[in-house]
Amino acid sequence: MIDLDTFHREESGRILATLIGLLGDFDLAEESLQEAYANAIQQWPLEGTPRNPRAWMISTARHKAIDRLRRSRRLQEKSNELLRLSPAAVLPEDQMDDATFPDDRLRLIFTCCHPALDDDAQVALTLRTICGMTTEEVSRAFLVPVATMAQRLVRAKRKIREAGIPYREPSQEELCERLDEVLLVLYLIFNEGYLASSGDALVRWELCAEAIRLARLLCELLPGQPEARALLGLLLLHDSRRLARVSPEGELVLLEEQDRARWDHDEIREGVASTEAALREGAVGIYALQAAIAAVHANAKTAEETDWKQIVGLYDVLLRLHPSPVVEANRAVAVAMARSLEEGLALLDEIEARNLLEDFHLLSAARADLLRRLGRTSEALEAYRRALTLATNDVERRFLRRRIAQLSG
Amino acid sequence: MQYLLLIYHNEAEWAKLTQSQAEPIYTQYRALREDLQKRGKYVTGSQLRPTATATTVRVRNGKRLTTDGPFAETKEQLGGYFLVDAADLDEAIAIAVRIPAANEGSIEVRPLAVQGQAAPA
Repeated sequence: MIDLDTFHREESGRILATLIGLLGDFDLAEESLQEAYANAIQQWPLEGTPRNPRAWMISTARHKAIDRLRRSRRLQEKSNELLRLSPAAVLPEDQMDDATFPDDRLRLIFTCCHPALDDDAQVALTLRTICGMTTEEVSRAFLVPVATMAQRLVRAKRKIREAGIPYREPSQEELCERLDEVLLVLYLIFNEGYLASSGDALVRWELCAEAIRLARLLCELLPGQPEARALLGLLLLHDSRRLARVSPEGELVLLEEQDRARWDHDEIREGVASTEAALREGAVGIYALQAAIAAVHANAKTAEETDWKQIVGLYDVLLRLHPSPVVEANRAVAVAMARSLEEGLALLDEIEARNLLEDFHLLSAARADLLRRLGRTSEALEAYRRALTLATNDVERRFLRRRIAQLSG
Repeated sequence: MQYLLLIYHNEAEWAKLTQSQAEPIYTQYRALREDLQKRGKYVTGSQLRPTATATTVRVRNGKRLTTDGPFAETKEQLGGYFLVDAADLDEAIAIAVRIPAANEGSIEVRPLAVQGQAAPA
């Protein structure tokens, strides 16, 4: 007897993807899958697990859907679609195998991450349908009331239906642009779990795990896409520092001060391998370069051994291909470490003077850190205080207060 | 499915164009329409006269209120529309990006409510 919770976690995305394809309706697919799942909870412990649990679930859910349509008299309008179903859908269960229902998850991913849906809706829909998270879980992870999240999902599904957002994989020419959307959604999901420290910590880490799971799935479904492989590398390398990044008291620990023995070295190996493969295959996107930078950090046994020169070189490339004030600020910090603190500070001052990052607390915090290293204590204090007025994240605010206390004391 | 592609542009800028500047753009519109017609995607469409010719009408408590101009003052104005037949939103978007005004203005893509399907409240 297989564990139904694990089965649900691992399989519901794929089953739902097939059902949406068969039924042409998100809600109907979700509702009928829930009913089929309820049947499984009753039947499987008594009658044993079916030979092919996934096929059983799909075909049971499909029958439930037909029942539902009959009851609501929507059958008339839907009957044409249901008659057009592939012959596989009417095979007896014991003749079904994994090839009966092809993996439809790629279609589902591209529909959920369609640019005609807003970013929040894309993220919510992806977690709800592909990852099989409940609406409650998604709402807890994003710290919004369940009713708000439910409403967001309802509106997204309604737009898919009424605006005619297609349930299909993009054509080869659309693929690059659309893949960027998908990668951004995965990146947003990961960051939501990684950067935000408020709320239920466990649920938040689950977001990181789900983003990695999705990135792996994407690499598997689209093997020829180096940018997807680069994103997987980046997420793994960030995630590898998860345990070292927060102290047992829940305080933020900077990269420099992290206990590197607590990094997840299996994740680092996989992350570095994935990043290298992506670069070899020609990835030059923002994820590939960030992953390459993270790999340099991951390869340093101690903070002092960090190859800052190489990191500056990578930021140079990143800045040329994808210029942004945030990249400039990060590059300035790398310059400070690779060449001299003064040179880095001058670059940060220049960014500040151009007012590019006026209300960006990381810039003040980075300036404060360089001033502290230079022993210019009163200026450092001033910059830390400024960062504190701009930071919104509780863990970061506590970190800044500690630094202020250390320097004042 | 039918989609209404609403073409918004800055009509003041458009009005500044000389005839020799406007002519190639009209040619692009004609070419797009002919291509859509050939592929059976075109239902109808037209340029609109400028908002200076617009009149807004409301009825309140049975009383007719007629005012000059469009309902809202915006940076971009509705300047024309296409009504097209498309398989899905992606195809409608693919047509919208070919509308010349998409390069300066914007195209709003709206599905028509299917007959018999209740319009949203």
